[in-house]
Amino acid sequence: MQLTADEEKSLNGDQGETVSSAYRILLAIGEATDAEKLVPIKWVHISGVNYNTIGDSGVQFLEKFSSNAKVAVKTTINPMGFDRNKTNRLSENFVKKQMSIVKSFEAIGTIPSFTCIPYEIFDIPEKGSMVSFAESNAAVFSNSMLGLLTNKESSLSALASSVTGKAPLSDLRIEEFRRPKVVIKPNFKLETELDYGLLGYFAGKVVRDSCVAFESVAVKPGDIKMKSVSAAIGTSGSCGMFTLGEKAEEVISYGKEECNIIKDELNTSEDGDLITLGSPQLGMNELNLLDKLLEGKKFTKRCLIYCARAIHKQATQIGLIDRIERAGGEFICDSCTCLTPLVTRDEVDSVITNSIKGAYYLNRSNRLGVSLKDLMTIVKEYTNQK
Amino acid sequence: MNFQINCRRIVGGNGSGKALVTKQPINFLAMIDTKRYIIKDRNHELYGKSMKDAILVFPHAIGSSVGAYAIYSLKVNGVAPRAVICSNKADIITASGCAISNIPLVDTSEKASSSYIVTGLEIIVDADNKKIIIQTV
Repeated sequence: MQLTADEEKSLNGDQGETVSSAYRILLAIGEATDAEKLVPIKWVHISGVNYNTIGDSGVQFLEKFSSNAKVAVKTTINPMGFDRNKTNRLSENFVKKQMSIVKSFEAIGTIPSFTCIPYEIFDIPEKGSMVSFAESNAAVFSNSMLGLLTNKESSLSALASSVTGKAPLSDLRIEEFRRPKVVIKPNFKLETELDYGLLGYFAGKVVRDSCVAFESVAVKPGDIKMKSVSAAIGTSGSCGMFTLGEKAEEVISYGKEECNIIKDELNTSEDGDLITLGSPQLGMNELNLLDKLLEGKKFTKRCLIYCARAIHKQATQIGLIDRIERAGGEFICDSCTCLTPLVTRDEVDSVITNSIKGAYYLNRSNRLGVSLKDLMTIVKEYTNQK
Repeated sequence: MNFQINCRRIVGGNGSGKALVTKQPINFLAMIDTKRYIIKDRNHELYGKSMKDAILVFPHAIGSSVGAYAIYSLKVNGVAPRAVICSNKADIITASGCAISNIPLVDTSEKASSSYIVTGLEIIVDADNKKIIIQTV
């Protein structure tokens, strides 16, 4: 990859150690993805904000990094470990370390969004705009549904793009690589968001390319199934985009058998002690759907609902939050199911969720059993008439 | 005798050690035990293995974007590989994690790596000269 004279100077330390390390990262990912040059980007979304994900070495890294770096472009950030407005039983150490991360991002100048669904909260730039999104569901969703151009960035590469305003021109930022070579063809009818999540997880596993096509998958705008597919693809693989209805040379069939193998891997428990919704965090579409499903009903198990604060605020104004709370839902803002410190083995053995991504991380990282059910089934099985 | 395979330089430097080879991709966030720093995923070929001082040979990273921090954490805690070879094409998670941790990183063709590199062989990764040197006694 060719750097300009100014970029070369920055790499060599002209703007200090932090910017130099940012260029070191950009150079490495540019080489890896065969980029010829860096290009300006309009928006960065950073992951690795939850202390449970980055640990002590991450806390120290960000403390140092933030001491002399500022955002060069609009930058939003992923969920943290807990709800800033709610008391919780987390250790003093966890809270202290988490707040250090929050402070570091504040110092860099990021927007304290604490969301993994920035695409449902912030204004979307025009189609074809270059962005740099690290959160995998956001990268896949934005490439596939919004026409934004991003690679599936890492926490560190997005951070590097944030303080330089640049990213390599490569892979999914180039039109020709956004055309799929492989199409996945389901040979049975997919119905729920969970079915679509399982399809996404399968796609991530079998496709090595950056882009994949799905055949016989039709969606309406705002369909929650596409969020589910996006998060699941991002979990199991390296694929950063899907297209709908496009043809491709290679066809991979996806049948009941393939679906059941994936389900057996992720569905590790028959039942659960509590319900957790939101990985990705719930948006207005899902809250509206949940509200409708819950009419006249009340949860029979604890139901945690992870939600971005901006969405929560909006939903409060129209009475949605109040109604769902009266049906027994417990809202947690600023955070998400993935690697949450709020659901641990100390208190529960297993959980119920409709999220493939949630199921993967709750099992692998939180070591919990997971019962996978779609949202309609969850409401049907775990509510009483009020 | 030694022989060499050509590779691409992603992060410069050089490192030598025993190869630790897998054909399965790695989710660095979900698959590494952060207390004992071994692969904790029971379904993975490297289950129970530590990457400390090894030359890690694997196809590419998958899943969480936070995997880059997990690589950095290995380095800070003194349990990182001495060099990494992506046996197909290096990815953004691995490249950014290695760049910030100063771990030499190269990639090579699947064919070259799977024909010549097996676990336990002494390997030198010379990223700056774009060479992988395999010591066959």
